Amino acid sequence: MVAVQNISRQTKIGTPADRRARIAGIVLIGLALFVAGVFSAAVTGDATFRLSRPTDVWAVPNLVIPAAPFNYIVAAILAFLGARQFLRGGGKWTTLSLGIGLALAVCAFLVWATAGKAFSLSGMLQATMVRAVPLVLGAITGMMCERVGVVNIAIEGMLLAGAFTGALIGSVLGGVGGLIAAIGIGGLFGLILAALVVTYRMDQIIAGVVINLFVLGLTSYVSSQVFAEHRFLNNAPVFRAFKIPVLGDIPVIGPMFFNQNIFVYGSLVMVVVATYYLFYTRMGLRARSVGEHPRAADTLGINVYRTRYINVTAAGMIAGFGGAWFTLGSVGRFDENMTGGRGFIALAAMLFGRYHPVGALMAALVFGFADSMQQKLALLRTPIPSEFLAMAPYIATIIVVAGVVGRTRTPAAGGKAYIKE
Amino acid sequence: MDVELRGITKRFGPIVANAEIDLDIRAGEVLGLLGENGAGKSTLMNVLCGLYTPDEGNIIIDGKPVTFDGPGAAIAAGIGMVHQHFMLVPVFTVAENAILGIEPTKQVDYLDLAAARQQVNEIGDRYGLQVDPDARIEDLPVGTQQRVEIIKVLVRSADVLILDEPTAVLTPQEVEEFFGIVRSLRDAGKAIVFITHKLDEILEISDRITVLRGGRVTGYGDPKTLTEQRLAEMMVGRPVRFDVDKAPYNPGDLLLEVRDLTVLRANDEIAADHVSLEVRSGEIVGIAGVQGNGQSALIEAITGLHRPVDGTIIFDGQDITNVSVRARHAMGMAHIPEDRQRTGIIGDFTVAENMALNSYYDERYAKGMSIVWPAVATHAADYVADFDVRTPSVHAKASQLSGGNQQKLVVARELSRDTKLLIAAQPTRGLDVGSVEYIHGRVVAARDEGDGVLIMSSELDEILALSDRILVMFKGRIVAEFDASKQPVDRNAVGLAMAGSAPRAAA
Ligand SMILES: Nc1ncnc2c1ncn2[C@@H]1O[C@H](COP(=O)(O)OP(=O)(O)OP(=O)(O)O)[C@@H](O)[C@H]1O
Ligand SMILES: [Mg+2]
Repeated sequence: MVAVQNISRQTKIGTPADRRARIAGIVLIGLALFVAGVFSAAVTGDATFRLSRPTDVWAVPNLVIPAAPFNYIVAAILAFLGARQFLRGGGKWTTLSLGIGLALAVCAFLVWATAGKAFSLSGMLQATMVRAVPLVLGAITGMMCERVGVVNIAIEGMLLAGAFTGALIGSVLGGVGGLIAAIGIGGLFGLILAALVVTYRMDQIIAGVVINLFVLGLTSYVSSQVFAEHRFLNNAPVFRAFKIPVLGDIPVIGPMFFNQNIFVYGSLVMVVVATYYLFYTRMGLRARSVGEHPRAADTLGINVYRTRYINVTAAGMIAGFGGAWFTLGSVGRFDENMTGGRGFIALAAMLFGRYHPVGALMAALVFGFADSMQQKLALLRTPIPSEFLAMAPYIATIIVVAGVVGRTRTPAAGGKAYIKE
Repeated sequence: MDVELRGITKRFGPIVANAEIDLDIRAGEVLGLLGENGAGKSTLMNVLCGLYTPDEGNIIIDGKPVTFDGPGAAIAAGIGMVHQHFMLVPVFTVAENAILGIEPTKQVDYLDLAAARQQVNEIGDRYGLQVDPDARIEDLPVGTQQRVEIIKVLVRSADVLILDEPTAVLTPQEVEEFFGIVRSLRDAGKAIVFITHKLDEILEISDRITVLRGGRVTGYGDPKTLTEQRLAEMMVGRPVRFDVDKAPYNPGDLLLEVRDLTVLRANDEIAADHVSLEVRSGEIVGIAGVQGNGQSALIEAITGLHRPVDGTIIFDGQDITNVSVRARHAMGMAHIPEDRQRTGIIGDFTVAENMALNSYYDERYAKGMSIVWPAVATHAADYVADFDVRTPSVHAKASQLSGGNQQKLVVARELSRDTKLLIAAQPTRGLDVGSVEYIHGRVVAARDEGDGVLIMSSELDEILALSDRILVMFKGRIVAEFDASKQPVDRNAVGLAMAGSAPRAAA
């Protein structure tokens, strides 16, 4: 006996994607109201953005934007994007609209803050790249570790160790010596992390926290007790910027990428090298297999433990290089806890960049932008207290991680010790 | 290439998984390896493929003794294994998985994926194993993933292929194709070790049979003269019954009523599409269907693991659509989940702790706010004895049990309470005939006592043997219903419905 039942009916189903689209819509419309009400209503005058310096080879005229009309237009676009989410949002569009919307809101904010004044955009972009350096390098560090299945919370400590060592050894042996020592100390902490989590199977988060606390305590102690007495130990030379011929003269982009110091060039090179290593080489394929399915790698004769040791140590060296930026790349001296949580923002950049070096660079630029914006805006004397401006990079982190990133796919074996047999 | 294992002994602490095992593997032959759950088949094969080092004994290849210090050495010696649980990296492509560990490269360590693709295609053409080399593993059906595992072994030019329960996850059609591949490999002169719990399969495909029990070889057989009955007896040590005795069909009150239930997958695709069904007390309703047609999502929605987007579930007169899992449990719903390792047990917990997982709060185990551990242990010991779970003690970790015994542990936990409705998803996957007989007996006993039973299985024989009514799911819908209470249902008709061809008006 056969009976057929169930003829299909179409009902409108509220999928999670729909809900996401609606939330995005509400956020966008909220932003539109805010931009219209706060950034447009009581603003007069033009915002002048300088795109080059008068001494530049190819001088570009200033960008002059009438503040109120511009911001009203931004508000209108935001409202349109928000309304569109309600009508037919979902899929790729939701994330894209949200991203565009946030970027526009930031533009409106800048225009509002600059209205009636002048502001060097090219200077800010240059600072953005500089501030992105520790974040890119930190993110690549985290990525190299997570790709082999080791969660690295210790980036902060590795950066701090690199900064400290760079300053100390740099003061004694000069910049290059300091740089090499910083890379070495980063590698050492990478090795320690690998030993703790691979050989001794310590919880990866705890191992990372332990390293962070250890480095923070030790460097703070030495800097307050020793450096305070012996100033010459904390007075390292700084690597100066040098311009790459021709490329450095391109307006706007030139100073940002091609008139910088060795740290900026180093991180751009690292992005390329890490991409090549992870996705185009035999070693990279093996490394990723260890992070995704260590047992499968093991059954194919790949040494899981050795792969983890090598990658985590190499990653530590990258963090050591990034740490040296804080001292040898900018001020030449070490201050207590001078990394100020950049190692954790780097983790956010890694997530935002979806475990890809190029993505991490983009993400780091977003955070670097927030960072340099707070610095430059303090000079413009906006009505916002500087303490709030200083929160910008951290607020950007929260917004990005909670709102825009969505669910990133993390390597499957991350955080788990591998036990043979 | 001929391989001899001589006197292999492997211990895990006090457990002797393999005791002085001798085994001969010959080129151009399929050796069927049979044995109860926990007999030591996987362990023996892991020794052969270099993953475990034996405590005693030798491996002799073509007359020369060898030792392997790891899987790499075994691969180099020409031994390849397709593991019971797949060893594929889900986010990699077929080509990347196939060449992992022996990657073709160009300068600066550059991964030569073009060469890898070509290797995959060559193997595919030679043995009839066509797979798209650029497909991602996680997007492929299990049957195709199986092919990739075999390609992986062949790319390493293995002469000995070990296949550990390769058919457990395949549909009947896929099994037929798979046997074709195995035969062509054998004819190409490869030596093959084939492990399965399905007796008809082992009789069909193997040239020789070796039976293990309790870590020892207990018998050899010739598939031409052996019967399933005889094989089962060699394996389990007593006669096994293949058919199930049921009391006459006598359905009672309506227990479970599902109306227009719609469930989405994680990616918002529709898994179950307006499904309606009923289960009465004292009947077994079987859901047949090829894996991936929404059965799992349906079961998860009924048991409360997954929230439906539309529809209602009424259990024992109450609407439980949005009720918590614990409340469903308390109302008398028992659930044997599909994937025992993921949702059935906690591997790092002991057997006793796992036994108490679903009712740690009831008066058997708890006094006020504290758990009475001695009571947990004594109850667990009772259930272990009742359900014949083979474990060194109730304090052993669940992950150390063999797959079949993990399954029995779950069944014991779920059936040891007073329940009204049993929901069982793939209850006998990977179990030996003795355990299948036992679990089927328990399920039927639950029905005869007046419980309702909803059973989901991709094993058509299991559905046919147990069910009073059979529903067939295809692409998220129930496409056919068969009444099995009076006379046996036509196997082919159900098979056709599972494959999605519209059932004819009358049959
Ligand atoms: N890693 C381990 N640690 C401790 N005991 C183990 C381990 N692996 C297997 N065992 C034990 O060794 C015995 C043999 O297990 P094995 O997995 O080889 O059985 P099997 O014949 O493959 O069974 P199944 O058919 O259920 O897969 C079992 O008693 C099991 O509990
Ligand atoms: Mg096994």
